[in-house]
This record gives sequence, C-alpha cells and structure tokens, in this order.
Amino acid sequence: MERFNRVSIPTNIIFTLVFIVLALMCVIPLLFVAIISLSSSESIQKIGYSFFPKQWSFDSYTYLWHERRSIGSAIFVSIFVTVAGTIIGLFLNAAMGYVLSRPTFKLKKFFTIYIFIPMLFGGGLVPSYLVNTQMLHLTNTYWALILPLAVSSFYIIIIRTFFQTTVPDSVIESAKIDGASQLRIFFNIVLPISLPVLATIGLFLSFGYWNDWFTALLYIQSSHQDLYPLQYVLISIEKNMEFLSRSAQYLSAGSSTAELPTESMRMAIVMLVVVPIALSYPFFQRYFISGLTIGAVKG
Amino acid sequence: MRKKRRFSKDDSELALLALPTALWFLAFCYIPMFGVIIAFKQYRPMAGHGFIGSLLKSKFVGIDNFKFLFMTPDAWIMFRNTILYNVVFILLGTVITVALAIMMTQLHSKRMRKWSQTAMFLPHFLSFVVVSYFVFAFLSSENGLVSNIMEHYGKEEIQWYMEPKYWPYFLVFVYLWKSIGYGMVVYLASISGIDESLYEAAIIDGASKRQQVRFITLPMLQPIIIILFILAIGRIFSSDFGLFYQVPRNSGPLVDVTQTIDVYVYKALTGLNNIGFASAAGVLQSVCGLIVILAANWVVKKINAENSLF
Repeated sequence: MERFNRVSIPTNIIFTLVFIVLALMCVIPLLFVAIISLSSSESIQKIGYSFFPKQWSFDSYTYLWHERRSIGSAIFVSIFVTVAGTIIGLFLNAAMGYVLSRPTFKLKKFFTIYIFIPMLFGGGLVPSYLVNTQMLHLTNTYWALILPLAVSSFYIIIIRTFFQTTVPDSVIESAKIDGASQLRIFFNIVLPISLPVLATIGLFLSFGYWNDWFTALLYIQSSHQDLYPLQYVLISIEKNMEFLSRSAQYLSAGSSTAELPTESMRMAIVMLVVVPIALSYPFFQRYFISGLTIGAVKG
Repeated sequence: MRKKRRFSKDDSELALLALPTALWFLAFCYIPMFGVIIAFKQYRPMAGHGFIGSLLKSKFVGIDNFKFLFMTPDAWIMFRNTILYNVVFILLGTVITVALAIMMTQLHSKRMRKWSQTAMFLPHFLSFVVVSYFVFAFLSSENGLVSNIMEHYGKEEIQWYMEPKYWPYFLVFVYLWKSIGYGMVVYLASISGIDESLYEAAIIDGASKRQQVRFITLPMLQPIIIILFILAIGRIFSSDFGLFYQVPRNSGPLVDVTQTIDVYVYKALTGLNNIGFASAAGVLQSVCGLIVILAANWVVKKINAENSLF
C-alpha cells in the first residue's frame, strides 16, 4: 500500500535533497565551532575561522584542563543546578498534577484556576526581579538558579492529563481501602507507574536548567563568579576578559592574557555546553516528541 | 437543605501535597502580579522596609510612567519590533513547518526521515547563548567565515554587528533555524493520525499525489493549523529575550531593529535603573498579552470548543 502510493522518484530525490540540506544546516554550525575550538591561535590569526585550519591544536582544551578548578566550578554549578532543579521541579509539578487529577478533591477547581491564571497574565520581569531580590533575597544563591524555573503550569497540565488517563482509579481506590494515605499512594504507587511522563518532564526541566543563562544574568553578581553556570561563563567572557584574567594567575610564570588561546577557548567552552546535549537528546527524542504532542494542543 | 460536605482526611492530605507547589506559585507568580502597582508608583527601596513596605510607601504617580514612556522614541520601536517580528515568525513558521511536515511523510526512505528529523531537532535544544556563538563564528568581522570569504573575493568588508539593515533577515533566519524541527513534530503527529482509508479511496478515484495533499492532508490538518496559529497570536506581545539580546550581542548600533519589549524592560531595569519605565512597559506587555490571548481563545472556542484553553 505505502509503496503503491509513493511520490514519483524525481520528486523523492528533490525532497530528499531538501532534507539533506536542512539537516546539514542544523548540524554544520556545531561542527564548525568544534573545528574552531581545535584550531591553533596562529591559524586563527592568519586565516580567521575556517573549516580547514592551517594548524590543528589542542591548546584550548589543554588550557581548560589547566584551569579545571575555575572552569570546573562552572561545570559543577551547571550539573548541580540541573540535577537538583530537575528533582525539585519533578516533585513540585507531579504533586500538583496528581492533586488536580483526583476527581473528588474539594479544592480541585480552586487549584485548577490557581495554576491556570499565571498562564494568561504575569507580573512581568520588573516585579519578579524585585520580589526575588528584595523580598526572597535570592541574589547570589543557588536558589536563584533553581527556583524560578522549577514549576510550569504547562508541565502540571501534561502530568495531570497523564495521571487521569493512565493511572487506573481502581488501583488508587484499593490502596485507599487498605488504609494507605494519599502521600503513600502518591509516592509508592502513582510515581513508580508514571515513569514515562516523569521522564518527559524531567528532560524538559533538565534541558531548561542546563541551557539557562538568564537567571544568572539577573541574580548572580560578578562578585560571585563561583556561582556562574557554564552558559553564563560564555556571556561573561564575551562581555570582558575578567573571568579569564582571574584564571590567568594560575598560568606558569611569563604567560600573559594575550597569550591565552582566547578565540578557540571560547569555542571549546561552547563545546563543553553542547556535547552533553548533542550526545543525549537523540536517545530521549521520543520522550520529547510525545510530550510536545500531548502538550501542544491541550497546553 | 443538604448539609455541606465535610473536608475529608483525603482532602487534607491532598491539600498538604499541593502546598509546596501552591507556595511556589504564590511567591513567583501571584506576589509579582501584585507588583504591577510599581508601574503607577515612583518606586524606590526604603531602608528597613521590605519589598511590600517600600512599594506601599512609594509615591503614587498615576499614569505618569506611561506618559513619559510614550514620549520617548523607544516605545514605538519596541512595540513595532515585537509585533512585526512575531507576525513574520508566525506566518513563515506555519507555512514552512506544514510544508516540510508533508514533504517528510512522502520520503521513500524511512532512515532518511529518521535521520533528518533528528538533525533538525538539534537546534531546539541549544540555548541562544550557544546560538550566538554559532552566529558569531560566521559573522565576526575579524575572524568570521563570511568575512573571510568576502575578503577572499575582494568584496568590501561589512561590519555585520554594526549594520542594522541586515539583522531583520538574520533574526528571522535564526528563529526559523531553531524552531522548525520542533514545529514540525506536532504536524507530523497529526498527519500520521489521518485515516489511511481516505487516501485509499482517493487513489481508487484516480487522485494524483498533489490532489491527495490538497483535498485530504491539508483539510485534515486545518483544525490544528488554525488552533496553533491562533494560540501563537496570543503570544504576539512576547519575544525571546535570548534571540533579540544575545544573538546580536547587545550591539548598540543595532538597537533600532533588535529592541523588543522584553529587551527594553531588561535594559531599563538593570542598565538605566529606570524602574518606572521598565515596569510600565512590562505592564503594557502583560495586559495586551492577556487581551490578545483571551480573544484568541474565544476564536478557538468558536471553531472547536474542545481545543480552547478554557
């Protein structure tokens, strides 16, 4: 059947070429940045960024290794925030999603409206910034990098829909008859059954945290560079060389900032950010697609 | 009269389970909503008072912040940019993603479909900081690939990050580059859900492939296209800060074509320290956004009540 209803061969060739070009357009910039990060400083000075450097070099990665205590702190911040934020976020989103999925809950309507209004109207950046800095005092803390991104009405709705359609009421009712509390039902029965949706939302959260730079831009001051995540290091070295200059003191005697492989090293840090994503997302693409498909219409 | 239902043990436990998340919404959504009052105040922090105290004690100035904001050229620029870019993004994005989704389902090779979808999905997972470095690798006037190629062919050098006239095209291109793979997913899922027997009947009647697309695929996709289109209209006053601030590297000469409401609010808040203007712009964005999304939802409800937000 599928074979019978195929487009003609010339059309298929044209379509295939279109998708080859589009796929390459998405992948080539990443490849290009990888090549730059492996180009020697001399090559970049002579011919600029090129797919064919005059000279290859691992200087940028060697330098990062030498500076692993400072770049390492950024790696640690990014990993810690991603892991802690994803766990906290999964709990907060799943808890509300479960509560909203219970048909007999007296406050269900209130909480549904309560999480829905923020989807329509927000205070905006200014009040949020002032609340977070002057009321919650999050400035220069890990919480500033974790809490603002932890919860989303969109995620709660996806999880609630999953609980409503996939977790059988009979399982919950029989557990209740056995005397289990709602907390026990949630943690011991509902969560283990719900790994698919938790994996989906967990991926959304982890990519959100790994890729976040805006909360650091707002809430981490330059006096607290030990709290910079990797993404914000990339912004920092773009604005000034302070991050690098501070690190330069570790260099052996006689070196100076001018001798740092700055061009290729920036791209090497980009690769530090991108490689975990590029390696992991193909394996989890299925979860993303299912999450997008559920949420896109009902979201 | 029936006795009011008692709050049961179950309800208490469920409320307790919901409490941490409810507190999150209170702190990060509802208190900031209260903060929109800042737009009508000459807000300044006061020693000894917290945020709420300072807010209540600051001088009330009515709509002065809005009036002064609209006396500046910034107001026109940021609203124009935000709306026009969104119109282009929505129109081009919809046409291109639908076309590509239909084309992808026609590919003979399943492996090619899988591989190209995976590759096209990659940009969605990258931050705009990373994307800004990708763009820089091509456009840097000192080392960028485009500059090198132009120099090689004897062309006059262009300082890309100083030339406003090119950036509308760059921003639209980067937006599409980053979002098409993601945008196709929903349409691919919808196409795969179309009843095969419709195509079989059409083939028996001698319909060409083009006719099948025109009379079966597109009509069946129409509801989801309309709904996603209208929901996107509901976000027409929002912009992606990373795309408009980070990708152009916050270059001053480009501000006429890169400043959107979100960029202006950020700059006014942290750079100019003008809380009144920043807050006024933010409130306008929120209120206009609310009005548009309510209107969009009303339209969706007329088309297909099942798919409206509320």
